[in-house]
Amino acid sequence: MEQLYLICRHREVPNLHQYETYIQKEQGYQALQQVLKLSRDEVIDIVKASGLRGRGGAGFPTGLKWSFMPKNVQGPVYLVINCAEGEPGTFGNHEIIENNPHQLIEGIIIGCYAIGATAAYIYHRGEFKYGAEMMQRAVDEAYKQGWLGKKVGGREDVSLDIYLHPEASAYICGEETAQLNSIEGYLGQPRLKPPFPAQSGLWKRPTTVNNVETLAHVPAIIRNGPAWFRQWGTEKSPGTRVYCVSGHVMRPGNYELPMNVTARELIFEHAGGIWKGRGLKGFIPGGVSAPILTNDHLDLPLDYDSLAGAGSMGGSGGVIVMDDQTDMAWLAKKMVDFYSHESCGKCSPCREGTWWQKNLLDRMMTGLARSGDVEMLEMVSEQMAGTCFCPLGESSQMVVLGAMKYFRSDFERYGQGKAYDGVIPMSAIEHH
Amino acid sequence: MLLEQRREKVEEILSHYPQKRAALMPMLYEAQEVYGYLTEEAIREVAAILELDPTEVYSVSEFYSLYYHKPTGKYIIRFCTDMPCALVGAEHAYQQLLNLLGLKNGETSADGLFTVEHCVCLAACATAPVLQVNRQFFENMTEAKMRELLETLRTSGLPEDGPVMKFQPRTADTPTGF
Ligand SMILES: Cc1cc2nc3c(=O)[nH]c(=O)nc-3n(C[C@H](O)[C@H](O)[C@H](O)COP(=O)(O)O)c2cc1C
Ligand code: SF4
Ligand code: FES
Repeated sequence: MEQLYLICRHREVPNLHQYETYIQKEQGYQALQQVLKLSRDEVIDIVKASGLRGRGGAGFPTGLKWSFMPKNVQGPVYLVINCAEGEPGTFGNHEIIENNPHQLIEGIIIGCYAIGATAAYIYHRGEFKYGAEMMQRAVDEAYKQGWLGKKVGGREDVSLDIYLHPEASAYICGEETAQLNSIEGYLGQPRLKPPFPAQSGLWKRPTTVNNVETLAHVPAIIRNGPAWFRQWGTEKSPGTRVYCVSGHVMRPGNYELPMNVTARELIFEHAGGIWKGRGLKGFIPGGVSAPILTNDHLDLPLDYDSLAGAGSMGGSGGVIVMDDQTDMAWLAKKMVDFYSHESCGKCSPCREGTWWQKNLLDRMMTGLARSGDVEMLEMVSEQMAGTCFCPLGESSQMVVLGAMKYFRSDFERYGQGKAYDGVIPMSAIEHH
Repeated sequence: MLLEQRREKVEEILSHYPQKRAALMPMLYEAQEVYGYLTEEAIREVAAILELDPTEVYSVSEFYSLYYHKPTGKYIIRFCTDMPCALVGAEHAYQQLLNLLGLKNGETSADGLFTVEHCVCLAACATAPVLQVNRQFFENMTEAKMRELLETLRTSGLPEDGPVMKFQPRTADTPTGF
């Protein structure tokens, strides 16, 4: 199947970051004009009927999420746009905000109308300096053209402000409730749910958090209708998604494809197959938090349900590919490095568990493993399972146990002074 | 100092939020630019503007990686060695950069020009090895390109910023770092 640019419109339309181009070539802001003639419920119904699901990680149906927002509330209501994009292996939002910011802004305004939001915060990664500039420019232009501020699109009763809020590099702030704490100026640690953000979010007000790519899908869905969107993908995961392919492939990059594309087609046709003429050992289908899959799973379609059925997840759409010479103990070590660095410290299973995981894997990498270390790593990981406060800690145990499930011998090789035979991760050396 | 130099910006930031405390993150970035790094005085000034206790401001700023509490070089180089990048040799490439600079991870050069550190995923894994200089991206790094970049920074400063994600197919001579 061919790439299909519903989100990556800039691949077909040059200079799409400019307002004029967006208006002239892309029917820019026409969806918003249509929406302003509909009721909130009618907009939500269109998005529900399209089957659009959140691209941020959980794949939650977007229309349904919007319908949880209370009606007829007095006072402020918020939309938070999750542009934290910290999941290793994921870089789709990064491309969208730099090249196609207006489509995102139009989607945000429509989303705000649907949920009755009076202000929106784009919570963007601190590292996205240029991307933030492009979004700010698009926001400024939208104000100038009357799509933002008081009387949005000429409607007396609709007003909306969009603000950019820079984060400062903490992966946990991608989790929606941690993000709310972070915006409020507190430590970016997750909140207990319930209450869910729709009941009590930013400053205890009704709030929805949506991903960049999710919202960028909305204008075309409004313009073309739900059936149009449903012609691609699967019944339960319609439309396209931006798959980010990295690792040992010949052509790493973003590939926007219908969600019934198989892992085999994505990796071997679009991304050009494995480098150096090697074979495939494993791949991670949805960012590092998605458990690893193997050659046996190549014919799975990359939709949310098929991947969940195989014990992994669609997650963030980051597909990371490992060739047949990859040492999976090394891989586990690199991921645990990430989780232990990014653990927010709120709960002990994650804070202490990731420290122990790291310690044990560092010993293996540097040739200091003792007998029983593999079992201890397994035990520590199992003790984290189901006990962490949020999915970050759970990911760290799933990643390790997942790698051990398929590639246990890679871990058992260590001991008797054997160290990793490639470039030993710097963090392992610093640790000892 | 922040208020003297950037009063307008400070007021604009405050106007984005219903509560002052929420201005903390953007304010810390402003303070960092004005003071060079988050000195004790910078923390105190931010705390005063936001009507917070300085210890609270300090503890939030410590939570994130992009706020600095010690003097840094003019150029802060952050190099991604996270797993997806490391698969294609980022750890090796980072070592090359450290050698070019004659520095160890986390150090600042004696001339005050460079601070260098490794970091987690920068959301540009397909163009690994990748680094940022003062939050501007440089992708598909090789030893030669890093040498050239350092030279440019020394002589003419940061080039103009622009869109990234310049995906490149690998070829037989793509450096792999192994
Ligand atoms: C540890 C962690 C990190 C996350 N990081 C991100 C992220 O960077 N971007 C994102 O959109 N969602 C991220 N999420 C998912 C969000 O919590 C949330 O589900 C999502 O933003 C909702 O938007 P959607 O419904 O449009 O997908 C993360 C979740 C967890 C648990
Ligand atoms: S699991 Fe980890 S990241 Fe999540 S709350 Fe606990 S310590 Fe924080
Ligand atoms: S892992 Fe290096 S940019 Fe993502």
